[in-house]
Amino acid sequence: MVSADEDISAADAPTIVELSADDVLRARTEAVANAGLGRKAEHLLEVRDLSTHFFTPDGVVQAVDDVTFDLGYGETLGLVGESGCGKSVTALSIARLVPDPPGRIVSGSILFDGIDVLKLSTDDMRKLRGKEIGFIFQDPLTSLNPTLTIGYQIGEAIKEHMGLSSKAAQERITELLAKVGIPRPKDRLNDYPFQFSGGMRQRVMIAIALSCDPKLLLADEPTTALDVTIQAQILELIQRLSSEFGTAVLMITHDLGIAAGMCDRVNVMYAGRIVETGTVDTLFENPRMPYAWGLLDSLPRIDDVRGDRLRTIEGMPPLLIAPPKACRFAPRCDYARDVCVSSEPELTQREEPQHLARCWATEPGGWIG
Amino acid sequence: MSAAVKPVDAAAAPARLPHDPANLVEVDDLRVHFPIRSGIFKTEKGSVKAVDGATFAVRRGETLGLVGESGCGKSTIGRAMIRLREATSGSVRFDGVDLTTLDTGELRKMRRRMQIIFQDPYGSLDPRMTVGSIIAEPIETHNLASGEAKDERIKDLLRLVGLDPNYVKRYPHEFSGGQRQRIGVARALAVEPEFIVCDEPISALDVSIQAQVLNLLTDLRTRLGLTYLFVAHDLSVVKHISDRVAVMYLGKIVELGPPDQLYAAPGHPYTRALLSAVPVPDPVAERKRKRVILKGDVPSPVNPPPGCRFHTRCWLYERLGQPEDCRTIDPPLTAVADEPDHVAACHYSNEALKTDVGIAHIDQNQVRRGTPASALASLIATKGTTEHEGVLAAPAFADVPEATETVSANDAFKVEDPSSTDTPTDRLDPF
Repeated sequence: MVSADEDISAADAPTIVELSADDVLRARTEAVANAGLGRKAEHLLEVRDLSTHFFTPDGVVQAVDDVTFDLGYGETLGLVGESGCGKSVTALSIARLVPDPPGRIVSGSILFDGIDVLKLSTDDMRKLRGKEIGFIFQDPLTSLNPTLTIGYQIGEAIKEHMGLSSKAAQERITELLAKVGIPRPKDRLNDYPFQFSGGMRQRVMIAIALSCDPKLLLADEPTTALDVTIQAQILELIQRLSSEFGTAVLMITHDLGIAAGMCDRVNVMYAGRIVETGTVDTLFENPRMPYAWGLLDSLPRIDDVRGDRLRTIEGMPPLLIAPPKACRFAPRCDYARDVCVSSEPELTQREEPQHLARCWATEPGGWIG
Repeated sequence: MSAAVKPVDAAAAPARLPHDPANLVEVDDLRVHFPIRSGIFKTEKGSVKAVDGATFAVRRGETLGLVGESGCGKSTIGRAMIRLREATSGSVRFDGVDLTTLDTGELRKMRRRMQIIFQDPYGSLDPRMTVGSIIAEPIETHNLASGEAKDERIKDLLRLVGLDPNYVKRYPHEFSGGQRQRIGVARALAVEPEFIVCDEPISALDVSIQAQVLNLLTDLRTRLGLTYLFVAHDLSVVKHISDRVAVMYLGKIVELGPPDQLYAAPGHPYTRALLSAVPVPDPVAERKRKRVILKGDVPSPVNPPPGCRFHTRCWLYERLGQPEDCRTIDPPLTAVADEPDHVAACHYSNEALKTDVGIAHIDQNQVRRGTPASALASLIATKGTTEHEGVLAAPAFADVPEATETVSANDAFKVEDPSSTDTPTDRLDPF
């Protein structure tokens, strides 16, 4: 049999993953429990009142403003929102990779496994990054160096952080490539990024991100540049590996479907702020913030009845230069009243203990029950 | 060959048949190959078979969705259908006229009746031209109006796409992505086309803006009796907007049918693999998913696999014990489950129909979560309406031919003199 693509061999036969919800849940619970062994703090990541601003000629852009959240050991947390809402800047802040200038973390604290990340020296931060915190970015082509082989790029972090010999490192690289599903890993070590397809490059990125067994994986729109079938492969891979290694994942995405399928909890961000947070089930079952309603309503769904008109969110997100002390969504909100424009609501608890929303209308005693 | 292969139904494969007046565009065995040249003499070393034998038709007044992964040839088909790309072989008939045989002058006249909306709202508008001149360009090219009539027309068009008519003097950089896409739509509508190729028109936009543009396209189709080819990679979007959906893989159409049938009972294993990969914003549905993880990448279109092109990645082929005909015989489009309007190119679509692979998480009876009923009630209490809730159902296909007959394609084609009675503005004014 002649195959056009030599990557496709018998060993790569397509599979159908049929796991019951219970199996998945059990595996996750176990992984999360194991991930907490040897924990140094209550949560792997504790972000408190984080504000990251960009100092531009036009004014101070408050890209992330007063963001507070926790991420448990082994947990997958979604950070959902539209472009410019501050979700990527939040992730960059955690890794202290905000380009400075123009950006700067102006206040707040980030505790990673009990360590205050913002107080670390540049050197110590470098040791943490790559070893304890892995990254996957949106664009796998520009995140890889085109002039270096895949093997070299994966080996860089391993040699730097794990102190392995060349031979041991070589074995580890091959093992990683096999783990992320790259066929004939031994032969491909000396290939360059251009010799890989988009999906394969993203697998290489994942191999790099996981090369030192990090405790936290920051995945910033890891599948946005990929086709839907390749997206499914990559998401399945991230899910499987994070369960296997007990890696916590901060999953940044604009796709509510990905958040629904991947995450234990979800934070919804709007205009630099978290506007709603909850477990994936409560948040999708009973959202308590008009922006979240709008997002869910405006999405064409594959299980929709055709022809229904989509409800839309009119207008556009506000500029983040000197935003008023008001609900930032109020100008686009169908339910806004005077109070929404005169003062800003806090993130307060709703029916479930872990479910918080920032909205006057759905607060106890608000005008929407 | 064990699977029953039925003859292709006339409605699904109108090509090779005489022109059917119900069809606006008929694509017959279309091939678009891009030669690969190398060496100092630039000799041809092979070709990328972007479109490799596609046969289908777009009916008057319908939206035909065309989905597939990147590189499957869907954009190339869209462009070849309005002859922005030359076909290597095969034909494209627009209203019965074979576009591939037209000379430049004839083609220019024909182009008035077909337009395209591009994916990238940033790259597709000239940054040095004002919005007014961008929209004026096609009007001038086709001598449709001049002077005040032209200005009035441009303002009408801006209003039609939901932009302020006073924006004519502004430049593209002053607009957001969604607004730019509206300008692109206005430009396409300026010549009053009958047929618009929408090439991934919302892929570059944010979720909340996508819905605005989708609603606009749906409204315009109903108001102006347009016919769309909607090219996209997002199966949810395509289902939402299309009357029929065509699925492409490696340069060929592998399945075609109305969304209600194609999404509920897909006859091609590739369609099922695609559907299984579509995320649903509902954690409960997500847990029911049976994922088909297709191994590897799409094979190269330079040298597609023999037999069925999908067999190298096909889960059904593996499940059935690698039957020989999949490797040797390229399956034709045949009716799925005796539905004449629903065709798939698979020797074993009957076997595919027996499983729930790919569709286990798609529950057509799900309750859509979003704005809660209590909130909608409060909207009605304060504003008397839920505003954009007005359900604007897409017209059933059967009603459409009459609706478009009034602006018969031939009449529109004859209108070259802007002062003629059938002035474009008559049709443009939707209000």
